[in-house]
Amino acid sequence: MVIVVTLIVFLILHLLPGGPARALLGPRASAAQVHAFIVANGYNRPVFVQYWHYLVRITQGNLGFSYHYNETVIALLKQNLPKSAILVGIAIALALCIALPLGLLQAQHRNRVGDHVVTTAALTGYSMPTFWLGLILIQVFAISLRFFPPEAPQGVTVGAILSQPKALILPVATLTIVTTALFSRFMRSSAIEALVQDYVRTARAEGVSPRRILWEHVFRNSVLPIITLVGINIPGIIGGALLVEVVFNFPGMGLLFWNAVTVHDYPVIMGFTLVIGVATVLGNLLADILYAVADPRVRY
Amino acid sequence: MPILECGTEVSAVTRGWFTRARDGDPLKGERRKSAGTRAAFTTFVENRPAVVGVVVVVFAVLFCFVGPLIYHTNQVATNLTDALAAPSGSHLLGTDSSGYDELGRLMLGGQSAMEVGVAAALLAGILGTAWGTTAGYLGGFVDDVMMRLVDALMAIPALIILLIVASVTTPSIPLLIIAIGSISWLNTARLVRSETLTLRTLEYVEASRVVGSRTRRVVMSHIVPNVMGTVVVQITFSVADSILLLAGLSYLGLGPPPPATNWGGMLSQGLNYAYDGYWWLVYPAGIAIVLVVVSFNVIGDSLRDVVEVRFQKK
Repeated sequence: MVIVVTLIVFLILHLLPGGPARALLGPRASAAQVHAFIVANGYNRPVFVQYWHYLVRITQGNLGFSYHYNETVIALLKQNLPKSAILVGIAIALALCIALPLGLLQAQHRNRVGDHVVTTAALTGYSMPTFWLGLILIQVFAISLRFFPPEAPQGVTVGAILSQPKALILPVATLTIVTTALFSRFMRSSAIEALVQDYVRTARAEGVSPRRILWEHVFRNSVLPIITLVGINIPGIIGGALLVEVVFNFPGMGLLFWNAVTVHDYPVIMGFTLVIGVATVLGNLLADILYAVADPRVRY
Repeated sequence: MPILECGTEVSAVTRGWFTRARDGDPLKGERRKSAGTRAAFTTFVENRPAVVGVVVVVFAVLFCFVGPLIYHTNQVATNLTDALAAPSGSHLLGTDSSGYDELGRLMLGGQSAMEVGVAAALLAGILGTAWGTTAGYLGGFVDDVMMRLVDALMAIPALIILLIVASVTTPSIPLLIIAIGSISWLNTARLVRSETLTLRTLEYVEASRVVGSRTRRVVMSHIVPNVMGTVVVQITFSVADSILLLAGLSYLGLGPPPPATNWGGMLSQGLNYAYDGYWWLVYPAGIAIVLVVVSFNVIGDSLRDVVEVRFQKK
């Protein structure tokens, strides 16, 4: 699947008009210079030959060389990937911690005032442009109240990012809010379905306390579909992370990609897409494994 | 009875619950139709947020497309002497950094946001239906290949593909419609495919095949009408998603270039001034996006309830 992902992006990049030569050499470059660049980078060869060469290079651990950053793509990814992983990882973990109990409680008190309020809030969060939410948070918490700095932590290493936890709060909060809105919606419907199952009725008949039914019987069973849904939604969360990184100037993969897109830095764009493809596949694999752990009936 | 006619009859009877009864009593069929429509309508209306959503969408459409006829503003020539004016009698929502009237701009921006949203969603609906029914009906190897492609495309965030497309071309409204439409059909294709897998084993579809209908005919007259409910629901959600995608793209500077504008583009421009207290550049467009997107989402939710009720009745 990762191969198909890279092929799709490769084709989009190479079949659409406009190329890296003009973008890199500028509008004043002569036709001869452009031609020399194209030949030197092999862009004059058939697309599939180029793609084959690209695949061969990947297997040798060579993702290409960034024209813009003057660094290998591998080095750029090594530097930026862990930082984005921290942002996305913390946000997903927090979102799960909030959304799962929230969705469960909503299901238990469904169609009451509290449920409607939370549903409305979740729907609003889900329907809000991520960058706008980020900027509202900056406006309120960084500019008016001056609680947190308006910019994400800056630094080359992960340690540098983690050493400024205060600056990390707003970017993480933005991504967490959007993700929580999504997950709590899933959890609510999943828990509602679990609540009407026979085993809940049986447990009730046996006199198990409502609290125990909710947290032991319903919770565990309704989390199962969520595991898969989280896996499926990883690409969407990465898309949101890109916007968050741009808003807060967070030095991660999303910002790197956005800069690469604006300067037509093809090797970086391809490298980023490859990483996302791998991350999605790994995410789904992890979800499958977790599913088997959470549900003893599932055996692979 | 000639074979062709037989096939026609099968198709008429099985188009769903809006069709006439088989026993040939036209009145009975009419009653059933009106009862069914009423039930669907009742299910929809009982969902109050959805009704509010419809009202908001209707209002937004009137605001964007009829509003400029009533509230005349100049959205072509800049007027720098009037730039960044606060809301007043002459400019109800103030002006932006180029001196454009903000309320007029909100109408203009809404036009392109909604045009792109609706057109891209329709395109996605058509693509998804075609892809899903073909994969589901043909099955086997074709299905495998087609659905693996969907899986692969789903692994790349939509925003990423859009950014790549927008960066190597000059974004225009038609191009954005095609680009957003061509990446939003994946979910529809998946759902339509799984419904097609069920539908193709049903007796009336087999009957149609037995009497010699061609594949295209079976798909077009028996499968497609029956997946339309799901497709309409997905289209509604797609409108919401497309408006958000367009906004994100415009924020990243890859939306349609000026003087064209949309709500996302207005926001990204206004955000440069957000820290200086020019609230009228930041909140109206953002609130407009949220209201319209929420509305399409609740309408979609309610339509899904209607479709599910329909399935249960079947």
